[in-house]
Amino acid sequence: MKTVGSELNNQPKPLWLLAELTYKCPLQCPYCSNPVDFAKAKNELSTEDWLRVMREARAMGATQLGFSGGEPLVRRDLEELIREARRLGFYTNLITSGVGMDEERIKGFKEAGLDHIQVSFQASSEELNNFIAGTDAFKHKLEMARLVKKYGYPMVLCFVLHRQNQEQVRDILELAITLNADYVELATTQYYGWAMVNRDQLLPSREQLEQAEAIAHEYQKKMKGKMKIYYVVPDYYETRPKACMNGWGAVFLTITPDGTALPCHAAGQLPGMTFPNVRDHSIDWIWNDSPDFNKFRGFDWMKEPCRSCPERFKDFGGCRCQAYMLTGDAANTDPVCDLSPRHQVVLDAIAAAKEAAQRPVAVVKPLVFRNPQNSKRRIAEKQAGVAGTLY
Amino acid sequence: MSDEMAGDTVPEITPTFRFQWEEAQQCHVILYPEGMVKLSPSAGEILKRCDGEKTIESIIRDLKTQFPDANLDADVYKFLEVAHENGWIRAK
Repeated sequence: MKTVGSELNNQPKPLWLLAELTYKCPLQCPYCSNPVDFAKAKNELSTEDWLRVMREARAMGATQLGFSGGEPLVRRDLEELIREARRLGFYTNLITSGVGMDEERIKGFKEAGLDHIQVSFQASSEELNNFIAGTDAFKHKLEMARLVKKYGYPMVLCFVLHRQNQEQVRDILELAITLNADYVELATTQYYGWAMVNRDQLLPSREQLEQAEAIAHEYQKKMKGKMKIYYVVPDYYETRPKACMNGWGAVFLTITPDGTALPCHAAGQLPGMTFPNVRDHSIDWIWNDSPDFNKFRGFDWMKEPCRSCPERFKDFGGCRCQAYMLTGDAANTDPVCDLSPRHQVVLDAIAAAKEAAQRPVAVVKPLVFRNPQNSKRRIAEKQAGVAGTLY
Repeated sequence: MSDEMAGDTVPEITPTFRFQWEEAQQCHVILYPEGMVKLSPSAGEILKRCDGEKTIESIIRDLKTQFPDANLDADVYKFLEVAHENGWIRAK
């Protein structure tokens, strides 16, 4: 049976709309995926802009909507955006640190139709959590997690894993059980944005990873049917790249605070792209017709070894941003792949991190925290030609 | 959580999941935190009837009036087991 619907089904749709409402954030996590030069961003989209973006994306089939940031709670119009999103039929996800939330707001979000709240934690212990977050947030987060459950939301707890908390995985999962989480995301740090700046201090060792993975699998079995545990595999230790975003311009659409549309939240750094802004173009044109969203769609752009590789339909050549950051050309094979002629750069990064881990604490380069001061410093250094690459 | 999917069970969509029709995809879907499952037309027809009022027996009876040619008892039970295992539905 041929219907209009089945014809539409052959085209990629922006099923996942990530609304980065603001870069403002009370936390300073040194693995933040926001761009290092976020302090440059000005002119946040207005409420009306966001409402239009949501309407247009929904009409094109967008179903999942993530309110993210920065810290989305900073936006005073969040309740209004949630209400309209829900009315449009989106499944609405609030991706938050919990800082800026209280019972009143949690209740208000529920009433506005919010479907799900994801609360991030930085560690299972108060001391490490607050150190990584750069603020005393742990106790408040615990309280918020309890309230999220009290108001009947499905709750995802997200822990970004790295060398400093990798060995806490058992405690992290026990904490999640205590808090009655429905889902736990053990998200191994991906090296974009601030995480790339701090890679030597964050990249765990293979031994740490194997241990964490074994514990995660143990709890996956133990908690089956009660709590779902997602373990995001760290791609630096893989021999094949991740199917990043399920392919460029395939399902993911990110809108940054100033309205720039991106095929993923890290793509803004890629050179030679202009990336359309929702203030100037419709979502339909951006998704279907803009040169940037078509640039790495499909398979024609690929170079060898991807071009003739039977696995290209599975991994789409990996991540364009990683290819750019590690090889200088976004059209190269993601060097995580051991078929890439540049795979050695990943092995070198692992070796450098291992070496840094063995150095006495006093001589280790300190973590660069994600805050406006450090962002401005990096921007200034780049302008002065001091820093190498601004990731 | 020992509730079985038996004939007199009254299934309903679990409140932490959402079941809805997606116009752009021309199918029913199950939505949950950051995820979506597209349902086949028959799965959609079954879940549509899991309204917290009908028993499984009456759901099957209802389906048979709409699809008289199908011998669907076993298929309905099988799908509801899967849906229950995934947490999409629960016994009221």
